[in-house]
Amino acid sequence: MKKLGRVRSIAVVTALIFTMATILAACGGTNGNNAPSQQTNSTAAQGTTKPDNTSTSGVSGSAMAVGSSALQPLAEKAAQMFMEKNKDARIQVQGGGSGTGLTQVSSGGADIGNSDLFAEEKLPADQAKLLVDHKVCVVGFATVVNPKVKVDNLTKKQLIDIFTGKITNWKDVGGDDMKIVIINRPSSSGTRATFKKYALDGAEEAQGKALTEDQSGTVRKAVAETEGAISYLAFSYIDSTVKPLKYENIEPTADNVKSGQYPLWSYEHMYTKGEAQGVVKAFLDFIMSDEFKTTITELGYIPNSEMKVSRDK
Amino acid sequence: MLRGQNKKMSFNSIKNEFAGRSMVTFFGAFLILLTLCLVFFIASKGLATFYHSHLSPLEFLFSTQWKPDREIGEGGPAVGAAVFIIGSVLVSSVALLISTPFSVALAIFMTEISPGLGRKLLQPTIEVFVGIPSVVYGWIGLSVLVPFIRQSFGGLGFSWIAGSLVLSIMILPTIASVSADALRAIPGDYREASYALGATRWQTIRRVVLPAAAPGVLTGVVLGLARAFGEALAVQMVLGNTLRIPRSLFDSTVNMTSIITMDMGNTVMGTAWNNALWSMALLLLILSFIFILAIHKIGKRRSSVK
Repeated sequence: MKKLGRVRSIAVVTALIFTMATILAACGGTNGNNAPSQQTNSTAAQGTTKPDNTSTSGVSGSAMAVGSSALQPLAEKAAQMFMEKNKDARIQVQGGGSGTGLTQVSSGGADIGNSDLFAEEKLPADQAKLLVDHKVCVVGFATVVNPKVKVDNLTKKQLIDIFTGKITNWKDVGGDDMKIVIINRPSSSGTRATFKKYALDGAEEAQGKALTEDQSGTVRKAVAETEGAISYLAFSYIDSTVKPLKYENIEPTADNVKSGQYPLWSYEHMYTKGEAQGVVKAFLDFIMSDEFKTTITELGYIPNSEMKVSRDK
Repeated sequence: MLRGQNKKMSFNSIKNEFAGRSMVTFFGAFLILLTLCLVFFIASKGLATFYHSHLSPLEFLFSTQWKPDREIGEGGPAVGAAVFIIGSVLVSSVALLISTPFSVALAIFMTEISPGLGRKLLQPTIEVFVGIPSVVYGWIGLSVLVPFIRQSFGGLGFSWIAGSLVLSIMILPTIASVSADALRAIPGDYREASYALGATRWQTIRRVVLPAAAPGVLTGVVLGLARAFGEALAVQMVLGNTLRIPRSLFDSTVNMTSIITMDMGNTVMGTAWNNALWSMALLLLILSFIFILAIHKIGKRRSSVK
């Protein structure tokens, strides 16, 4: 009986020590900025590729792209096409938001960080300068309203007055007597940041006035169903259930974005930590190639190479 | 002979006793340590708002200024979470007010009035409710409840009441099944003694069975409240997420879980904004601790009653 007790306590202690060790290791891993995974990722990414291989054949290795959900459909399509061409390459695409993308790429958790915004706008300066920007495409945005709203055009001034809460009825901007319902994106969203910067000249929106929805699909549904609703959507999400408005009398079309007449657009970025190498470089080259251009247009984005204007901030 | 038998016995007991016992102990200890790790992680992240970003805990709890993206020049980030905290409290408590009478009535019907029907029909129905994923509740809320409220009561449809209604359906099975268990656990003697004194069935339920089961019913209510506080997706879809304290049931509002789900992916780790979200996660964790403590307190009272 005594012996039995001793064996039992030894077993318990062993189990405890083992558990402690496992957990401490796991905890240490989280605190240590994912050091081990970084290592495996970068070795995998370098793979066996020759760095100057741009013909995208015979590339091998694996890479992970994480971040912006606005860019995710394009990145997924690109990864799928890239892997069909390069059987040995493996590109994994995940969402999670621009903030997650930038955090992951600067900590080394992912090879590519997808972002709607310039890294400088989100990350501290010392972290942002380590990242290399690849502007893969351009997204246009339009102000959208419920189809019952009888207004076709809004000037910048009117838009600012609506979103800051100075104008609250459509009759003040030439429409029917109908209350304006603002549907916003969360204040951390890249789409909202872009809209605020270019459409509203950075004007602070009134707090506590607007509904907030965090998915483009939900925004569209809410605008379509709510009388007097106004919001903003990327071109790729606009369909017949909502009505896009002219901005300063300019139609929200891809051609007007390209020519620089229509200012509501932003870059979609793919950030790498340091210069891209191996499979990551091959993948980024593929996205920016002429071959992939038609797909970019089909998915509702605008190829960067067709832009006649550019921005660096 | 004796030694051999001893050996065999100890081998058998290792096989039968220690293997299973140490496995169970291992998993148990693992779970405890995992919980501790989790609490430590959330606490270290959540407290960073106060010791790293140097924002005051009082401001976090009581200020309604939520401007985490404000430039340093304009006064730096403000992370008053009062609007979200009040939103969570209001939405969950109305959900509880709606759900409790229904759940307790359901539990009484299932156990006292019609146990046969309860077991065959109501129990499976309640289990179906538990199995429906929260995104489906949210979606139904968005497609059916929100337009319904908009058409019948005016306003936008996205509202405090929409959030509370969705939640009340989600917590109904929790409260109902825990209450039903509590009612079933009341010994038959109680009822018989009551009948023997000439009480009717309803008098027995109201004066004898329900008071005796009260601690169990209360446990269910607290569990339901805990679930209501923690639910994110379904509520976020119908609440409207307007940064304000609602003045009527038909005003849109926001709560802690919605702001966490909306902002977590878009903010960068280590910023005041991201830390403030972790602080809210920590607050939710503390609240759930309080709920668990309350359940234990109630449980003790229940065992002392018996």
